[in-house]
Amino acid sequence: MVDAVIGREPIPPAEVGEVELYHPHSWITRYVFSQDAKVIAIQYSLTAMAIGLVALVLSWLMRWQLAFPGTLSFIDPSQYLQYITMHGMIMVVYLLTALFLGGFGNYLIPLMVGARDMAFPYLNMLSYWIYLLAVLILVSSFFVPGGPTGAGWTLYPPQAILQGTPGYEMGIILMLVSLITFIIGFTMGGLNYVVTVLQGRARGMTLMRMPLTVWGIFTATVLALLAFPALFVGAVMMLFDRVLGTSFFMPSLVSMGEQLQYGGGSPILFQHLFWFFGHPEVYIVALPAFGIVSDLISTHARRNIFGYRMMVWAIVAIGVLSFVVWAHHMYVSGMNPWFGFFFATTTLIIAIPTAIKVYNWVLTLWRGDIHLTIPMLFALAFIVTFVNGGLTGLFLGNVVVDVPLSDTMFVVAHFHMVMGVAPIFVIFGALYHWYPKVTGRMLNEGLGQLHFWVTFLGAYAIFFPMHYLGLLGMPRRYHEIGSTSFVPESAHGLNVFITVAALIVGAVQLVFLFNLFWSLRYGRASGGNPWRATTLEWQTPETPPPHGNWGKELPVVYRWAYDYNVPGAKEDFLPQNRPPEPNPA
Amino acid sequence: MGVTILFFSGLAVIAVWWLSTQRLTSKPWLEQGAAGEFPATGVSSAPIAKVGLGVFLATIGSLFALFISAYFMRMQLADWRPVPKPALLWVNTGMLMLSSAALQWARAQADRNKMSGVRTALLMAGGAALVFVAGQLLAWRQLNAAGYFMTSNPASSFFYLITALHGVHVLGGLVALGRNVARAWQGRNLARLSLGLDLCSLYWDFLLLMWLVLFGLLLLS
Repeated sequence: MVDAVIGREPIPPAEVGEVELYHPHSWITRYVFSQDAKVIAIQYSLTAMAIGLVALVLSWLMRWQLAFPGTLSFIDPSQYLQYITMHGMIMVVYLLTALFLGGFGNYLIPLMVGARDMAFPYLNMLSYWIYLLAVLILVSSFFVPGGPTGAGWTLYPPQAILQGTPGYEMGIILMLVSLITFIIGFTMGGLNYVVTVLQGRARGMTLMRMPLTVWGIFTATVLALLAFPALFVGAVMMLFDRVLGTSFFMPSLVSMGEQLQYGGGSPILFQHLFWFFGHPEVYIVALPAFGIVSDLISTHARRNIFGYRMMVWAIVAIGVLSFVVWAHHMYVSGMNPWFGFFFATTTLIIAIPTAIKVYNWVLTLWRGDIHLTIPMLFALAFIVTFVNGGLTGLFLGNVVVDVPLSDTMFVVAHFHMVMGVAPIFVIFGALYHWYPKVTGRMLNEGLGQLHFWVTFLGAYAIFFPMHYLGLLGMPRRYHEIGSTSFVPESAHGLNVFITVAALIVGAVQLVFLFNLFWSLRYGRASGGNPWRATTLEWQTPETPPPHGNWGKELPVVYRWAYDYNVPGAKEDFLPQNRPPEPNPA
Repeated sequence: MGVTILFFSGLAVIAVWWLSTQRLTSKPWLEQGAAGEFPATGVSSAPIAKVGLGVFLATIGSLFALFISAYFMRMQLADWRPVPKPALLWVNTGMLMLSSAALQWARAQADRNKMSGVRTALLMAGGAALVFVAGQLLAWRQLNAAGYFMTSNPASSFFYLITALHGVHVLGGLVALGRNVARAWQGRNLARLSLGLDLCSLYWDFLLLMWLVLFGLLLLS
């Protein structure tokens, strides 16, 4: 292939040379302290899924309490707040961020750009182990006196570190330390993802030939490297306030009848820092999802992605805009009305590049040869769900509409749709899509159908009614609603309905986990390229790809990632490393 | 958050400049790579480690920019009382400059292949950096003795926090410098040593710049 003579000159062979990579020699260095990005990816994914299961169980407990208050005697108001906090923090940071960047980033970036491994394999390995340490610190907070923190995932001071908030003793300290640890570990991984895309691309792999998955993960990593420091600063300063008694965020206040030593600090300062991280975080999760879903749709509809350039520009534009909208999370904290106006405007502007992406996905499907495989089903579910969640975002982006809806179930429904359910759909779709590359076997189709339909319909059964509850005025974070004048009896029935749906959806995730392990052994053998996809990771000489990915020769890239159904071609897809047909002349 | 926005705008300019060299308006679906017109990948010729350090510096820069933003926002509140600045800080600043200059010298010596010169320069750089860290600790003691503790008021809290943060980054750099000292003494892999010196020197210059910004901030408030 390399010596194919096309056009005027032959392309010189790709540099082979001595493969300058660390080679594992023992079981420990191969599977435990491995420096191979693919193994690290699996480690990241399994750890993230394990901690995600904890968060799933917590959501069961919360839903149970909301539907049948008092039936589980161990759930008191403090416990409930702790469940909320841990569920939110685990899902956003330790599951979604870790799985998209640490999991998919590690597995896909080197393979998709045609590299042998990440740029700094040792740092990459450290990144995983520090992440694991952060997870363990977080989990340990369940077992300390007072339990984990119950400050809500936003950890707003002053209440987060005051007596009376659950977990005030040790929980909040462990949470902050865990976050700081996570950020240090993430930075090590993030450097790898960015530099590998910058410097590790195979010959011919220009930026504009990269699959959108890589664009999404790359941009999200850049956002994360710049935004996580804000959380770091906030966490360090709050840790100082809690442990050393400084007053960065703490105003002077009287607690339990005593004047505290704090004075003069600004809780709003923390909110600025937190949301300067918190809003980009939404896109740190969403951009990889955007990228992956583009590739799933294109592959399973056998059609080139519509408007590739627009898709790339939109990813970059969303990344830039995501840094100038943070204060829309703070409308009710009080701010200069002009600031509110500014942030509402920038927030609504983000709808433009986002809408471009949605149109392009739909136009890719238009007259495509749609195969309703499980990955495709999840991709379609993502589009629908993301549009749904995005539309309620338009409500909440407007100051006047947001203020009455703040702290109601409407907000809970909105962010679960847009950054909970939607990205999770992409994660599932991606797992069904790439599982054959990772293991050499297909996931079971029947179980997959069951998993998809219950999850998809169930997610709507859970979150659609929540919008309505929010409009009624049902507050979030309340352990028990009790009887109020504005929440009618029927709302309680709805709460029971939501809980039943949540239990079922949660249970079907166990079916998925079973499928992951069952198919490892009994799944149908997939071959190297079961979806007949164009991107490089499907063209490896062996499946699963061995250490070093490519055998002796690195691939050479001749075309973009979306050559499906090219007129005149013999097959309906042309891999990126397929040279052009020789000229008849 | 003005400082942060300013810093991010600077990064955005760099990013836009870089993207503008990457043919973002090309139409990849029309371009099959025929030989001869095989498009370049746009990969920079700089060593991977240097690109990695550059990205890392952007991250640390973001960290410091956010601390400075927080500093300004906290400063506007009523309970801010300026802290006396120990004169020792000027000496420390000089030490950090000396350290940075010594690393430049080490690079020049490495270019001329003078190993003994490299070794002397490296020891000087490392020594000066250590004196800087020790000097910072001494400045802490002086402030402590003058009755300005971590919790006394927000200005002194910030002083300790920011100098500690900067100091930790200097210590991290010293670990990397130590590895280069070892390389200089073994004297085998000159290319690797030369790259290591480049990286150290870049990092040192960055930390010096950060210190000058932070020191200026402390002096002005």
